[in-house]
Amino acid sequence: MRIVLERRLTPSRSMQYLSPLLAIVLSLVTFFIIFVLSGIDPLKALYIYFVEPLTAVWSIEDLLVKAVPIILIAIGLAFCYQSAVWNIGAEGQLAAGALAGSIIPVMFPLLQGPAVITAMILMGIAGGMAYAAIPAILKIRFNANETLTTLMLVYVANLFLDYMARGPWRDPAGFNFPNSRPFDEGQMLPIIAGDSVRISIVFMLVAVVVAWFLTTKTMTGFKIRVLGLSPRAGSFGGFSRNKMVMLTFLISGGLAGLAGICEVAGPIGQLRTTVSPGYGFTAIIVAFLGRLHPFGILIAGLLLALSYMGGEGAQVAIGLSDQTTQVFQGMLLFYVLACDSFIYYRLKFVRERALDAATAG
Amino acid sequence: MEPKIAGRRTRPESGALIQAIGITKLFGSFKANDSVDLTIRPGEIHALLGENGAGKSTLVKILYGSLQPSEGEIRWKGQPVRIASPSAARKLGIGMVFQHFSLFDALTVTENIALALSDRSNRTALAKEIEKVSLEYGLPLNPASRIVDLSVGERQRVEIVRCLLQNPELLIMDEPTSVLTPQEADDLFQTLDRLTARGCAVLYISHRLEEVKQICHHATILRLGKVVAECDPQQETASQLASLMVGADVHVLSSDTPPPTSAKTRLSVRNLSLPEPHPFAVALHDISLDLKAGEIVGIAGIAGNGQGEFFDALSGERTTDRPDTVTIDGKAAGKLGVTARRRLGAAFVPEERIGHGAVPRLRLSDNVLLTRHATGDQLLRVGVIDFGGMKTLADRIGRSFDVRKSAVDPEAGSLSGGNLQKFIVGREIDRQPSVLVVSQPTWGVDAGAAAVIRQVLIDLARSGSAVLIISQDLDEIFEIADRVAVISRGHLSEPVPARSLTREQIGLMMAGLGEGKPVAKKETAHAHRA
Repeated sequence: MRIVLERRLTPSRSMQYLSPLLAIVLSLVTFFIIFVLSGIDPLKALYIYFVEPLTAVWSIEDLLVKAVPIILIAIGLAFCYQSAVWNIGAEGQLAAGALAGSIIPVMFPLLQGPAVITAMILMGIAGGMAYAAIPAILKIRFNANETLTTLMLVYVANLFLDYMARGPWRDPAGFNFPNSRPFDEGQMLPIIAGDSVRISIVFMLVAVVVAWFLTTKTMTGFKIRVLGLSPRAGSFGGFSRNKMVMLTFLISGGLAGLAGICEVAGPIGQLRTTVSPGYGFTAIIVAFLGRLHPFGILIAGLLLALSYMGGEGAQVAIGLSDQTTQVFQGMLLFYVLACDSFIYYRLKFVRERALDAATAG
Repeated sequence: MEPKIAGRRTRPESGALIQAIGITKLFGSFKANDSVDLTIRPGEIHALLGENGAGKSTLVKILYGSLQPSEGEIRWKGQPVRIASPSAARKLGIGMVFQHFSLFDALTVTENIALALSDRSNRTALAKEIEKVSLEYGLPLNPASRIVDLSVGERQRVEIVRCLLQNPELLIMDEPTSVLTPQEADDLFQTLDRLTARGCAVLYISHRLEEVKQICHHATILRLGKVVAECDPQQETASQLASLMVGADVHVLSSDTPPPTSAKTRLSVRNLSLPEPHPFAVALHDISLDLKAGEIVGIAGIAGNGQGEFFDALSGERTTDRPDTVTIDGKAAGKLGVTARRRLGAAFVPEERIGHGAVPRLRLSDNVLLTRHATGDQLLRVGVIDFGGMKTLADRIGRSFDVRKSAVDPEAGSLSGGNLQKFIVGREIDRQPSVLVVSQPTWGVDAGAAAVIRQVLIDLARSGSAVLIISQDLDEIFEIADRVAVISRGHLSEPVPARSLTREQIGLMMAGLGEGKPVAKKETAHAHRA
């Protein structure tokens, strides 16, 4: 007996929308089974994970704060993935943005005010773009595989960040902790709602709407899609693959850099050895779970932020390791990709025994 | 040279080798095969005729085990069998030569064949066996040569020898001559005769009716999934066979108006040379060509002699470093990209419909935008797409070129080959381009659609445009081209009036043997200068 994947003649349209939901349900079921096997009350665990964070105002605020960088990055990645550019290094581009945006508050602590904050944001975006331009140039010039280069550059950026926070940029008055000086209020994004929701949520919403308009209504979005679906047809249409590689890298790098500076000049308030609990990788899951569509990404980003929140809650309430969150996220990506495969392929069992029957006859 | 091709053939009087009885194959609710009966006798060449989408490939896939019938029975020498997979089919004694070869370019003949035959471990013995079989059946092959160095005809021999090594009793051949020169085709027919003389049966799928009349003992004709007729093809005329296939009398092309004699030059190619883009491609050598308003020039040639590279250089997908290599309507365009060349009034239809001429996963209206975003159709306003305008255009193309589709604006990939080709050709002709370059205009397209496409090409030319057709189909070239040139190993011969040539002369030129031959002697003299 042999198992083969056979291409479907007509992939179902409705399943393309249902598959993320199916993936979520399957992940929850698997999670349930894991809890049962490890002797934890599954209903209680799922409640702590996915419901409790939504029962208090402060935790809903916190959910939004966590969702902002994830969604910002995922919006950028969706541009890359639509044009079949596999940028998986947003985590590094985020660190580059955080570093570039921190130059003013760390080196010129006296500069403050709205103009300074604006400059910090622009430098953060520029840092992320510049860092994403490296794999873009390597791909255009040398045809280097961006899956490898972007991932490797994550470690370079993170180690450089670590060095800066421990070394040159360490706060002299910080009791030798590996952090930069804490930013002043005039160097941080203003809070616009509640206790912790900053203006970055507006950036995120604007990014969602602009991305939706760009991808569905403009020629640029059309070029990105065509080149992603069939590069040969794209070049026949007169679209430059190299330009689009650079453009999508710059968009995603810029948004990741924006997420980076919004984190350090927001919830964190200083530069640390790490500035992200893996938002750049989580955003990959969010981009696919949201079907690379900006509104889908908005919803998926909130869900994944919820899993971060729930992970923290579960750590406190039932002593679960925070690795559980990563298990959940990994499972979710696995199920999304698996469900997607079944949209385009069907499983077929081929019996080898039939062969003998045929020859016997 | 012993078996002669000409002469009356009679169907052998013997029991059936393989019998398909009441084969029905459903894809969803669509009946690709509808109670099809087919009987093949040992020692006969049995033609399977039908338009694209008539169900030929489905039936063949069922016989070769890659599809299972929904209903019906297959009998092999009278015994019911279930052919579960291609390997089961091969064990029964059924071999198949596909239209598109599955050979590794960088490996030798022996290595390629060894890959398919897992039971032959000794390479030297296998090479001897290959040599023996290829001699026996008149398929000269050097087992040690690499596939990349072989002509298409030789590659086909490799595929055939690979089948013959397994001693098949039934050989299925899918459009075997579509890639061959007339001479190579004749060689193939002799091989088939030797095979049948030994009792092997051949199921021969082709759309070339003349050839079916010439070599086949018996024919089964499919239309819309059903068997509409069985006949002796030698007793029918080609047009009778064609009308059985399409179910109506085939449209006769009209090109009454002769091409204008002194008209302005629309497309001019001057000393175009380009190195090969990758090791398995062909370099272009000093190609020169002029197309006048109102005429159709056909470029004949065997696949892989630089047609694709020539097309890319004309469309601007590859540019040259001199502006004067390509001139469109008097403007030097050698350094311009495809969009700028379209703006000069040129239009292009590439050979590959799926993934080159159209994006299969996008709707037809999106595919309109693919080539018409910069040609004055007002589909864009400051970079924002006018979806209504795109749909209107797609509808207009669909209506005027008779594109049959399942929905108002379906994905391009859901159209049949012929309908998608009508759409892609229509998309360009709808612009009234002054220059149209078409590669393989009717490749894999059914007879009805092919007639429509050829007629609109003629009409476009007679309305004052210049049309260049790159085609491997000689019939097509003779049918519509005013002048013919031949491309061989990246060299282009001087075009000569189509009426002054015979098929044999063109065939020799296609095979690269025509240099200095009487074919328009003074003109070919400088064609192979480089």
